[in-house]
Amino acid sequence: MIVEFGHYALVLAFALSLVQSVVPLWGALARDDRLMAVAAPVSVTTFIMVLLSFAVLTNAYLTADFSVLNVLENSHSAKPLVYKFTGVWGNHEGSMLLWVLILVFFGALVGFFGGNLPKDLRAATLAVQGWISAGFILFLLATSNPFARVANPPLEGADLNPILQDIGLAIHPPLLYVGYVGFSITFSFAVAALILGRTDAAWARWVRPWTLLAWSFLTLGIAMGSYWAYYELGWGGWWFWDPVENASLMPWLAGTALLHSAIVMERREALKIWTILLAIFTFSLSLLGTFLVRSGVLTSVHAFATDPTRGVFILALLCFFIGGSLALYAWRAPALKQGGLFAPISREGALVLNNLFLTSACAAVFVGTLYPLFLDAVTGEKISVGAPFFNLTFGPLMVPLLIAVPFGPVLSWKRGDLLAASQRLYAAFGLAILMTVFTFWLWGMDMVLAPLGVGLAVWVMAGAVAEILTRVKILEIGPSRAFSRLIGLPGSAWGTSMAHFGVGVTVLGIVTASAFQEERIATVRPGDVVELSGYQLTFDGAAPRRGPNFTEEVGHFTIRQGGIFVAELDPSKRVYTARQMPTTEAAIHTTGFSQLYLSLGESRGDGAVDVRVYFKPLITLIWIGCVIMALGGAVSIADRRLRVGAPKPARKRKSAAPAPAE
Amino acid sequence: MTRKQRRLTLIGTAGVVLASAFGLILFALYDELVFFQSPTDIALTPLPSGQRIRLGGLVEEGSVVRSDNAEVSFRVTDMENTISVTYKGILPDLFREGQGVVTEGIVSPAGIFIADSVLAKHDENYIPKEVAEALKKQGHWQGGKAAAN
Repeated sequence: MIVEFGHYALVLAFALSLVQSVVPLWGALARDDRLMAVAAPVSVTTFIMVLLSFAVLTNAYLTADFSVLNVLENSHSAKPLVYKFTGVWGNHEGSMLLWVLILVFFGALVGFFGGNLPKDLRAATLAVQGWISAGFILFLLATSNPFARVANPPLEGADLNPILQDIGLAIHPPLLYVGYVGFSITFSFAVAALILGRTDAAWARWVRPWTLLAWSFLTLGIAMGSYWAYYELGWGGWWFWDPVENASLMPWLAGTALLHSAIVMERREALKIWTILLAIFTFSLSLLGTFLVRSGVLTSVHAFATDPTRGVFILALLCFFIGGSLALYAWRAPALKQGGLFAPISREGALVLNNLFLTSACAAVFVGTLYPLFLDAVTGEKISVGAPFFNLTFGPLMVPLLIAVPFGPVLSWKRGDLLAASQRLYAAFGLAILMTVFTFWLWGMDMVLAPLGVGLAVWVMAGAVAEILTRVKILEIGPSRAFSRLIGLPGSAWGTSMAHFGVGVTVLGIVTASAFQEERIATVRPGDVVELSGYQLTFDGAAPRRGPNFTEEVGHFTIRQGGIFVAELDPSKRVYTARQMPTTEAAIHTTGFSQLYLSLGESRGDGAVDVRVYFKPLITLIWIGCVIMALGGAVSIADRRLRVGAPKPARKRKSAAPAPAE
Repeated sequence: MTRKQRRLTLIGTAGVVLASAFGLILFALYDELVFFQSPTDIALTPLPSGQRIRLGGLVEEGSVVRSDNAEVSFRVTDMENTISVTYKGILPDLFREGQGVVTEGIVSPAGIFIADSVLAKHDENYIPKEVAEALKKQGHWQGGKAAAN
């Protein structure tokens, strides 16, 4: 009965979304306040309905109700409680329900906090948001009903895919979805602006914080996914240029571009039309990602059991939203007021350069990801596009961008002076050169690219620090007064610097972990020692062990450095009982920012076992850098100017009453 | 700078960046594509030496031989033709005799496929789509269940 209640709540949510799609927009076009006022309460009620239905599904998982098909296929009574909970979205139907939940949550946020927006803009935005939620709730109800029942429920379920039985499942999908779906708001804002035919100051003010929010979560989600794949799949790699990874990278690249163009729009009222297009692109790429991952076009860990009707349905949604919004753009964008031009050497110019490189890189990833699918569909020829393609295209496009990053924030708006800007970066440049030379000296001349890469990373990091130091004028006014200026810096300045610093940190991790990694593959018997990067790994033997829903063979290794004990590592091979599926559990020892990575291969029967050992210098910087970027985003959102900022109607009121309460 | 010059600089820079991105993509597509081949494809049309390909098929029953230093050799078949594969490294969890596999590498002059990666599968029922289709072409495909997964 409870389960049917959840299903019914979802149907109600669909009906409410239809109301939200039509009535407020009608009101906005007919200038009827009562119709427009429908938007906010309906968006909040839709959210409550979907939340109810999500709670019902969660309850079915926690109580192991195997009369629900979805629970039967993806759960098991012996599964640890935390995976019963995260298992709710560890399958196609549940993960789409989470997707929709986050979508309507964002709608409710706009409904709730959008009070200072112009009425018609808020109504139109919520209407567009209503179209998206109606489309995806219909998708759930029609092709992926999570509440389908089984006539004669068996006593035991089929268990969750063992690879997903990890704490990563609790973190990665929600973060990633908040990122993906968060861009729906900027999309709805952009489409609303096109429908209403104007972009005012309020519009510009609103786009940036929402983009920042979605972008920060997407950054964390991608980083978490990368770290999860790194330790769970046992291949020791952190990025594979796999199509599902690219599916998340594309909206990230477009979103990063959007973030930067929104700054120009907000401050200088330029690049408006381009920003609208980017907002449409970013969410379109999020939808494309959802399609690639959920439709079964690609076989991967993300493709749960597939059903062709689902693929066709998502494709239809994709065509409707992307095609529709681009058509609307082509029709209405020329009518929007153009922003002003600016000198090529200026903050705006630097941001345009950033956009050029990011969108080109995004296009390269797009081609590499979709060309094999396209070729297969058209000619039937099977090809694969792997890391070499992306290294050759994505890499060269990122290098000039990274070189330019430190210049952007030190250039002034409108008309910048490149010479003056460079003078502020002398120290950063010197440090970068020093580090390059140092790396050369450390590793010899046989590696050319890696030391340059280290130099580039240091350049970006030091550039970010230099930017803050110039802002507080440390050289002109001395450290003590500079410190008080430091505290007074606006959040967005801190955010920019932190995010750029994070980029440098990630690049440093990527360069060192790829170039200076050491790897040893060996067959070991008890007592054997493997030498790697100054560590001695002694294999003490393997022993069986039982877990709640798996059995495993655990290898025991003692790690020493120069004879001194460092750590014990226990990599294992597991077999999950319900599915009889084996998995590899890598063991990782972290020293400083570097990691020793140990994964077990096939057992040879006579006590011998294959083992793969990596030493990955500074690899954790890759993910730490992403966390710093996301923190930068958060600090930037917290900037008072963004929240207090003056949307048009508020400003009018302000001029009437000169001292408004904040 | 006049308005016109500013606009020209902007369009010029955009043109240069986009053109170089386009050039890079075309060059990489020409150079870095890896084609999928079955053992029969390899037997019928010899490849230029050093050409990377993806080889897919079934791991022949009883063909897996492990030697020390984590080296392994096995044969991949599509029921018409068979090719020997050597690989040094750790095989994915779901690598089994009689099951589908996709490996990437080059064919040595001696006709042995030297793989540098053996693709991991995430699901026990999963046969790589390419392998399923190659087997269908050879008329050795039974059961539609695995193809749906």
